[in-house]
Amino acid sequence: MATVERGPAIYAGSRIPQPVPTILKADPALEDVLTVNFGPNHPSTHGVLRLIVDLQGEHVVGLSAVIGYLHTGFEKTMEQKTWWKGVTYPARIDYVSFQYNELVYVLAVEKLLQLEVPRKATWTRMALGELARIHSHLVYLGTAALELGAISMFWYCFRERDLVLDLFELVAGTRMHTRYFQVGGLAEDIPVGFYDETRAFCRRMPEALDEYEGILDSNAIWLERTKGVGLLSAADAIALGQTGPNLRASGVDWDLRRREPYLAYDEVEFDVPVRHGGDVFDRYKVRVDEMRESTKIVSQCIDRLEEMQGEPWTSDDRKVVLPPREELHTSMESLIHHFKIVTEGFRVPAGEVYVGVESARGESGCYLVSDGGPRPWRAKFRAPSFAALHATATCSADVAVADLIAVVGSLDAVMGDVDR
Amino acid sequence: MAYESVPGLVETREAFGETTLVIDPARLAEACLHLRDAEGFNLLIDITATDYLGWADVDVAGYYATAAGRDLNEPAAQGYARVPEPKPKRFSLSYHLLRVDEDSARVRVQVWLDDGEAAETVVPVWPTADWHEREAWDMMGIPFAGHPNLTRILMEDDWEGHPLRKDYPVGGEPVRFSEAE
Repeated sequence: MATVERGPAIYAGSRIPQPVPTILKADPALEDVLTVNFGPNHPSTHGVLRLIVDLQGEHVVGLSAVIGYLHTGFEKTMEQKTWWKGVTYPARIDYVSFQYNELVYVLAVEKLLQLEVPRKATWTRMALGELARIHSHLVYLGTAALELGAISMFWYCFRERDLVLDLFELVAGTRMHTRYFQVGGLAEDIPVGFYDETRAFCRRMPEALDEYEGILDSNAIWLERTKGVGLLSAADAIALGQTGPNLRASGVDWDLRRREPYLAYDEVEFDVPVRHGGDVFDRYKVRVDEMRESTKIVSQCIDRLEEMQGEPWTSDDRKVVLPPREELHTSMESLIHHFKIVTEGFRVPAGEVYVGVESARGESGCYLVSDGGPRPWRAKFRAPSFAALHATATCSADVAVADLIAVVGSLDAVMGDVDR
Repeated sequence: MAYESVPGLVETREAFGETTLVIDPARLAEACLHLRDAEGFNLLIDITATDYLGWADVDVAGYYATAAGRDLNEPAAQGYARVPEPKPKRFSLSYHLLRVDEDSARVRVQVWLDDGEAAETVVPVWPTADWHEREAWDMMGIPFAGHPNLTRILMEDDWEGHPLRKDYPVGGEPVRFSEAE
């Protein structure tokens, strides 16, 4: 079997370690190397990431990541559940930008079903998706700053995060893992008061973001510890499968919302923040700018949604969507449909599809195989955090051990997403 | 889109607006290198292994769907019985490729493998394949020839079996302290 040489076209000058791209090997000639175990239970590892670090003095000379501590077997479980029940699982995979995994799963099932979704559902999905992005970036910003000693950032970010969760509670009844999106549209209509509350949030958010930047951008410690640390070049980022903010901070203008517009992203105005430093600071900046853009998108969604008062929020295809509750008392067909969908589930035509959306941490994808039955034959989630951790070894070459925390934090991996 | 010049191309399928290139496993790495350098697919999104053991057997899953997808105007079409097309081999490996460029594009490269049959590694083509291939090995037991570090990634190092295989039961892990002991 012929082995392929690494072609020079993309990887010339690459910092990616050889021969294993995800393991930084300490030079055996180095003396006084101390091997240290980080995690898996350590507050700075964002869950249960374990790093085996070779140190010479304070310098990281070798690194390998060990994952799998949060492996939950979601994909195996989903094969046992009907398409309808499966909606609850994806949100728990990436539990910080939960709404996107739910979205990508229902979009994939709808692609297999070739099901049209009413526009109100599409715009609501966009609004809630962007709120989930803000939520996720706030968690990133709060924890990443906390790990570098800026504890007040944590309180400020979690103050706004709570407002986002209040909005989710208002619309879906739960603060996280809403199961509000479902195949065909939404689980329920948008409640009274959601638009006003969301508008109030959108007015508040830009001020809060200015406040965050006011705290961090003139903070000498923050700048020292983030600028020029954890470098990742554009070519290396692409080679290591990076997407989302990590890729855009390395100077690649790539956003699925712009390049492959799904939902109605071609009808809203927003900018894609791109920075060229590829360091921890630029990853922070990209995420803060993204929150600004997300706030704009949410406002535009609310504008459009207010014009859609009284429109249907879910498809009227009764073979897939549960009938309205009140019909169960009067209609035999509705009762049968309800019973069939809940007990046996709806059937999805045979085929395989892949759908990718731009989640808070990059391309969140869902690959589904159906055999025509009521359960997925295979459900696979493309986890952006899994890809983000590929870059740990490359970013950590030549950093000090304290900066390792900044680097891992800036890649913003959620361990639930990594291990699935 | 023409992919005729891809080495080892067996079949091109178009479905749901997605292009799937079925590749001869012996020429997988060559085909991937061609797709990267000649077609510009510079980002490997994902590698998915799928086990088709029991596909199209009786009593495995429901076989109710219409031939050409559901017809929303014909509600009764839901009940048409249809057995899915048989698959060439037990396992499929799907490589989802993305072209990060002005003219973005996606393609799925697929190879079919029997149990124990090795696939060529594509780590030299896309370094990100490292963990994706380790996951496919860990979860499905597909060996990758030439992989620099093919070890388990999500399960423990001493785990037995490959959990996402169809013949691996749910709840199939050994119980350490059972009543029988």
